[in-house]
Amino acid sequence: MAAALDIATTILVFGLAYAMLLFIISVGLSITMGLMGFVNLAHGAFAMVGGYITVKLVTPMGVPYLLALVIAFFLVAALGAVMDRLLYRHVYGRPELDQVLFTIGIVFVSVAGVSFVWGPDPQNILLPEMLLGDIDLGFKSIPVYRAFMIVAGGAIVAALFFGLERTKIGAQVRAAVDNRRMAESCGIPTGRLFTIIFALGSGMAALGGGLGIQILGGLKPVFAFEYLVIFLIVVAVGGLGNIRGTFVAALLLGIIDFAGKYFLPEGGGFFIYGVTFIVLLWRPHGLLGKA
Amino acid sequence: MTAATARTNGGAAAALLRAHRFRAIELLPWAIAIAVYFLFPGYRLLATQILVLILFAISLDLIVGYAGIVSLGHAAFFGTGAYTAALLADAGWQEPISALALGAVTAGLLGWVSGWIILRTRELTLLMLTMALGIILYELAKDLDDITGGFDGINFENSAILGLFPFDVLYYTTNYWYAFAFLVLGFLVARTVVHAPFGRSLVGIRENVRRMHAIGTPVQQRMRHVYVIAAAIAGVAGAIWVQVQGNITIGVYEFEMSGNILIMLILGGTGRLYGAFIGVTVFTILENLTETVLGTDPPYWELVVGVALVVTVLFAPRGLLGVFDPLIRRFRERSA
Repeated sequence: MAAALDIATTILVFGLAYAMLLFIISVGLSITMGLMGFVNLAHGAFAMVGGYITVKLVTPMGVPYLLALVIAFFLVAALGAVMDRLLYRHVYGRPELDQVLFTIGIVFVSVAGVSFVWGPDPQNILLPEMLLGDIDLGFKSIPVYRAFMIVAGGAIVAALFFGLERTKIGAQVRAAVDNRRMAESCGIPTGRLFTIIFALGSGMAALGGGLGIQILGGLKPVFAFEYLVIFLIVVAVGGLGNIRGTFVAALLLGIIDFAGKYFLPEGGGFFIYGVTFIVLLWRPHGLLGKA
Repeated sequence: MTAATARTNGGAAAALLRAHRFRAIELLPWAIAIAVYFLFPGYRLLATQILVLILFAISLDLIVGYAGIVSLGHAAFFGTGAYTAALLADAGWQEPISALALGAVTAGLLGWVSGWIILRTRELTLLMLTMALGIILYELAKDLDDITGGFDGINFENSAILGLFPFDVLYYTTNYWYAFAFLVLGFLVARTVVHAPFGRSLVGIRENVRRMHAIGTPVQQRMRHVYVIAAAIAGVAGAIWVQVQGNITIGVYEFEMSGNILIMLILGGTGRLYGAFIGVTVFTILENLTETVLGTDPPYWELVVGVALVVTVLFAPRGLLGVFDPLIRRFRERSA
């Protein structure tokens, strides 16, 4: 019994930490897809760049970890806004095939760019002292880093829900996702709204990239390709543009993925795709998506 | 009907009736393929790979370019055909052509089963499901490494083709013509399919699915059928890919395979079959050139292909072959 409780806690804590990470990175992708119907395969590249910025600020320059995360958020958000205005706007409304190719092209360039600037070696990060060690829960101790991940993720989720449900810009986003043309006729500037959302989503991805370096097992230039599929799956399973759905999907997939790898270290990687397959067959528009 | 519309209708109908006829210029790629064998004997391995990838890209063009089904998991069929042929040879069934035919059957069966499920969805979900299928098979092949050989792979031998021409993994003589012959065959099948009424109805589905429903086309059924045909041809390509090398690894199922072949096809141009020839050739040769001249570290090739993709989408959305469309049209208008 005690052993079962022990295993269950491990799975819950590690799975939740991973799920939070998935949510933080994927939510921006979900909103941009829902809002513009835009397939952005390069979303993981923003997470990767955010991760690299965090690592490089912390290790050689000695910036505190949390401050580095904030800086990475703003830098990548700015990068996102610039990319949106300069490049991405040319492919909005184009066939999805064009969007897929265009953004895969961006991924390739980012992979090459990161290896040019920071080299091909895997990067890891020295976490600050306060995030090392374990917390004792009485019956079991859990790593501080995972607990921090869950708390930080929870705070971000709460902030997002508040922002989306209670602020004017949140209401505009919901309206635009629901019916873009109608929202435009009501005078909502969807173009500018989209730039803001895109920047915010890119910043969030960067935050996730910086937060998750240890969970994702270090940073490599191929990060943008390796995790691309996972983020897309979270979005598709949750339903495009649906933040609640993305959250549920991240929880489901994060915990299942960790449990699968825990019980079946050899073949566990395959569970998450099996679940995706079944969910999308059962609900082609995602768990909470609308038809 | 006025005289003018009658004439344009007649013109369009005549163009459709002519479309399936062979033109002299269509001999060009084959002449080049034959010339390459004699002119560049040192590059036969690369040239053989190009031939096989062209066949793979043609199969993808059937669903992407004609039926409008965007797939990011086409390697599922390529890999299944490849493993069928390789495992048969490994188990002692060394006759290559029958093994290849069985590879087409297993890949086609997978296409039939998965198409029945996947094709009920569309757009992003469809993209995700094709991708998920590809990755599931890859992960499965990785886990079952005592059967599939995993990353290390399996070496196997095939008997001589028709009992006359043994495979030659050193100079790629027989191997080249084997790939060449099946590319010709596969191309003719695909060409017949797209010019048949069946193929025209696929274009109709791609362009306006509601109208096709309205005029009573069995849309789902047509899409499933073309999916099976494309899967079977991809299976043949996969089987040849491993037979000419005498070796297989789980790389045949990799996501990179699905991604690259889609990129090659789009680069050349979709919905025109010959786009596959141009795209695969340009992509593969550029990749080789970049990696031999500049090396793989840092990854110049990624930079080149990335920029090429972005530029293609922005400035040549119809692919490399599509760049010439306006020129040809202007030329025709002037001569008419």
